[in-house]
Amino acid sequence: MTVEVRLAGLLHTYTAGAATLRASGTTLGGVLTDLDRQFPGIRFRIVDEQDRMRRHMRCFLNNDDARDLATPVNSGDQVYIVGALSGG
Amino acid sequence: MAIRSRLRLLVATRKGAFILHAGAARTRFTLDGPHFLGHIVHHAMLDPRDRQTLLMAVSTGHLGPTVFRSTDHGATWQEAAHPPQFAKGSGRAVDHVFWLTPGHASEPGVWYAGTSPQGLFRSEDHGKTWEGVAGLNAHPMLNTWSGGEQDGTPDGPKLHSVLIDPRDRNRMYVGMSSGGVFATDDQGATWRPFNTGSKAEFFPDADREFGQDPHCVALHPLRPDRLYQQNHCGIYRMDRPDDRWVRIGDNMPRDIGDIGLPLALHPRDPDTAWVFPMDGTTVWPRTSPDGRPAVYATRDAGTTWTRQDRGLPPHHAWLTVKRQAMATDTLDPVGLYFGTTSGELWASRDEGTSWRTIARHLPEIYAVEAAEI
Repeated sequence: MTVEVRLAGLLHTYTAGAATLRASGTTLGGVLTDLDRQFPGIRFRIVDEQDRMRRHMRCFLNNDDARDLATPVNSGDQVYIVGALSGG
Repeated sequence: MAIRSRLRLLVATRKGAFILHAGAARTRFTLDGPHFLGHIVHHAMLDPRDRQTLLMAVSTGHLGPTVFRSTDHGATWQEAAHPPQFAKGSGRAVDHVFWLTPGHASEPGVWYAGTSPQGLFRSEDHGKTWEGVAGLNAHPMLNTWSGGEQDGTPDGPKLHSVLIDPRDRNRMYVGMSSGGVFATDDQGATWRPFNTGSKAEFFPDADREFGQDPHCVALHPLRPDRLYQQNHCGIYRMDRPDDRWVRIGDNMPRDIGDIGLPLALHPRDPDTAWVFPMDGTTVWPRTSPDGRPAVYATRDAGTTWTRQDRGLPPHHAWLTVKRQAMATDTLDPVGLYFGTTSGELWASRDEGTSWRTIARHLPEIYAVEAAEI
């Protein structure tokens, strides 16, 4: 499955500034793995070593909050990866 | 004296890193930066073995922890391919890398990192990839020693002060806040508490095997059997093989006390050390006692202490200096530096006798290291 991934600005250093990307996978976790293949290191900034979404990161599959890496994705889906409103 | 014309001060702050450059005279400092503006930089360290590899412990409020490397003195940076991370299935996740220590001189390329929550990691390729030191990270007593992840400093419990005996790369020490000082004689395969004599007055039983809160521990490179620590409960010295901490802070003036966070050693004189006392009473304000900041120096291994405040504000200055934010260079006379949480960087080029600010209005300073190129 190929999905469209839209990245928040705080991850653009990994993608040479690209905000919209294509990635493959059958699950959200698979998409993140494919993203990491394309842009090494990016997955660990989103998901910790126990495969938990980082506290202040959020993924949306289309319009739904998706925190489980096992969430299935379908061709044509849009995955949004954003920073939560936090910090100072 | 060898003339070293390129002194660098590596200043890690809550909003990025800065590098100050100076000649050996240390009369003029120029500021380079910020590097990684907006990122939380906990520590930056130059490898003294090659004087080229610069490592920086970086996180942000959103993104996970990582380590960046530079081999051109900060002109360009590369991220570690495999930053420190706990074993999958352990349930633990690194929140931030807190401390970086270059390895033993006989092991070029080896580095150690201490993390929050407490973990020890090792790199064998100049910081590109990191693996956990299982002898500590998976030690069945680790949670008991450290009290778990709810115990520790306000922004997370930390493993810090990774010290390596220059005579024996297998002999190492670490500090854990909380937990205490721990020692290994087999390069991290096995560990033991190393706290005899140091107090843990925040427990019902202050004389404990572990559970202390060492804020900063230092080993003298020329006399590696001598260790100092600034602890939550005082200033201590140990002279091995008498493996007992002696509270040399009892010799500090009573109205100042012996509580603080950092401690710095003279690079050539094992009897000389500096501390930055802060108010440790009541709710632990951690500001200069009575608003009158001063460094205190001992020249006799803690038997006596001298106040050094010339040039520092005489009153109404409530400075806080974090545990990594005080450093010495190796020039003669020794330069001494400290950075404050209010973003001031102070310098002395006469071993603490007089002080001046060399940078102001920086973000909250987390760490200061002096390096000579």
